[in-house]
Amino acid sequence: MNIKIIISSEITSKPILAESILETGVLLNISQAHFDRSYGEVVADVPDDKYELFYKSLTNKGAVIKKLDAPIKWDENECVECGACISICPTKVFSLDDAFSLAIDDSKCVQCGMCITMCPHNALTLSNNNK
Amino acid sequence: MVKKTIHEINNKIRDGSVNVVTAEEMVHVVGELGAEGAAKEVDVVTTGTFGAMCSSGVWLNFGHSEPPIKMQKVFLNDVEAYTGVAAVDAFIGATQLSESMGMEYGGAHVIEDLIRGKSVNLHAVSHGTDCYPRKIIDTNLTLEDMNQAVMLNPRNSYQKYNCATNSTKNTMHTYMGTLLPSFGNVTYSGAGVLSPLSNDPDYMTIGTGTRIFIGGTQGYIVGQGTQHSSGGGFGTLMVQGDLKMMNPDHIRAATFNGYGTSLYVGMGIPIPILNEQLAQATAVTDGDVKTKILDYGIPSRDRPALREVTYEELRSGSIDIDGCEVPTSSLSSFKRSREIASQLREWILRGEFYVSMPVDRLPKDVSAKPMKQTSGIAQVSDIMAVNVVTIRKDASVYAAAKTIMDTAFNHLPVVTTDDSTLVGILTAWDISKAVAQNKFDLVEDIMTRKVIVASSDESVAVVARRMDQNSVSAMPVLDKGKHVMGMITSDDISKLFARRA
Repeated sequence: MNIKIIISSEITSKPILAESILETGVLLNISQAHFDRSYGEVVADVPDDKYELFYKSLTNKGAVIKKLDAPIKWDENECVECGACISICPTKVFSLDDAFSLAIDDSKCVQCGMCITMCPHNALTLSNNNK
Repeated sequence: MVKKTIHEINNKIRDGSVNVVTAEEMVHVVGELGAEGAAKEVDVVTTGTFGAMCSSGVWLNFGHSEPPIKMQKVFLNDVEAYTGVAAVDAFIGATQLSESMGMEYGGAHVIEDLIRGKSVNLHAVSHGTDCYPRKIIDTNLTLEDMNQAVMLNPRNSYQKYNCATNSTKNTMHTYMGTLLPSFGNVTYSGAGVLSPLSNDPDYMTIGTGTRIFIGGTQGYIVGQGTQHSSGGGFGTLMVQGDLKMMNPDHIRAATFNGYGTSLYVGMGIPIPILNEQLAQATAVTDGDVKTKILDYGIPSRDRPALREVTYEELRSGSIDIDGCEVPTSSLSSFKRSREIASQLREWILRGEFYVSMPVDRLPKDVSAKPMKQTSGIAQVSDIMAVNVVTIRKDASVYAAAKTIMDTAFNHLPVVTTDDSTLVGILTAWDISKAVAQNKFDLVEDIMTRKVIVASSDESVAVVARRMDQNSVSAMPVLDKGKHVMGMITSDDISKLFARRA
């Protein structure tokens, strides 16, 4: 399961991620991380059966966790199947098939939102988009 | 030698014996039969393209109001349309943006809304005359309410188009889409094997008066498009068609984030195969159509080309730039381009569309000129201050404060002690902050390390935008060795423009 971990500026200096990993033994697979002075944000994959355990450990240390369980939504009526989204996606969700139709593998989606701003036709949306 | 006339081909369309293939299929026909055999076999080759064509718009005639008005400013759903041609005509351009909604909605969206049968608000103002006494009008109109709605696109259907990539460290938002930093992606446009002009590069049958598919209906080529540059293989077309007959499958509004609106236009041009030269020309493949990859990181009209590339490489999904595999994205829809070529083929087979010879040829071997600028282009070196006071990174905060007081410079470039290269910048604000925090360390402890800089040969317009985007009011001007040559401030730039006005 993909989750987004939001770490506020007061605790970015503390190694809370490392602490939770050691504490729970969960093999967190980080796919994206962004830290600046105002906040930190990590997108990672966590095994479904360990989610509750990890959630408790990390939220106790002050982090906020959001489930990324609603991948990108595709509006076929707006889409003209140009393929602008293909090169911008960091996880290769989009491709063109042999007939040049757009194919979407939303299981790969990490909900970064890059494709939303790239799409010239407003055909892509995220329901729990925080950007 | 095969020689056919338009008249003969149109007779075959009339009696149902015409043979039509798409430009994609023609590649195989010529491959099998050769140019001469293909010219005997095939009567018409259809092309198609569906992509962003910013230089598009529609002439509208609203009819006269009671009492009448001679419109001087026209807004459609808050998007300005150009009037100034008699009383109630206006041209709504695809890239004009809404006064209230900005980049989310523009002329292209007004055009799509009209095609979809939606009602559009018309607001117009005038100074009032004896013959046109009315000064203001507000009304809601649909496409049906207009006398004429003629799409007239000054520059469409580029023969081919340069691709875009970005060498800088920042993401760029362009009319070629989002370009990721450090050559993170490449975007391209155009239909390659199906591109109308690439299938008739000598303009043997495509010219003024040629009947075409545009936006789902029949239209015509007016002549060469603006910026037509046939010499370099970048021919363009000016086209027209009746908006009332168009449909939203083939005309779509678009927004390029950070750039604005554009219109996706579907166009197809039939190429009558009059002889084997035309058969050979229409056998062009994605691999034959070459274009260049330009670095949009260079803010100049003369962007350097990184390399040549074919549409075949671009369509493969990734290309090589300096040993790195870079993913590609098309901005045109190849699927829709195919559908247009197929639909045009159907129309001809069903006897609903007849081919035509141009009444005039498009100019060959011409090129578009850059703009002549009579007022000169101001460069950073023209207006930068050259007497710049710098401070060494190991100086004390006190020394920095004193320097600012003594010299009245608000920004001190911070340099290394040994070779005077730039390492930071210090402002009066940085010093206030250090004092407030009771920190009386060295300059290097409190300076800003990420410095936004300029070079002396950059144009002022480019530097002004960088200043604006980074919310700074002064930038050190550096030479190639990172030494401070001068300083350019927002005040210098304001003065430059004030002097001109």
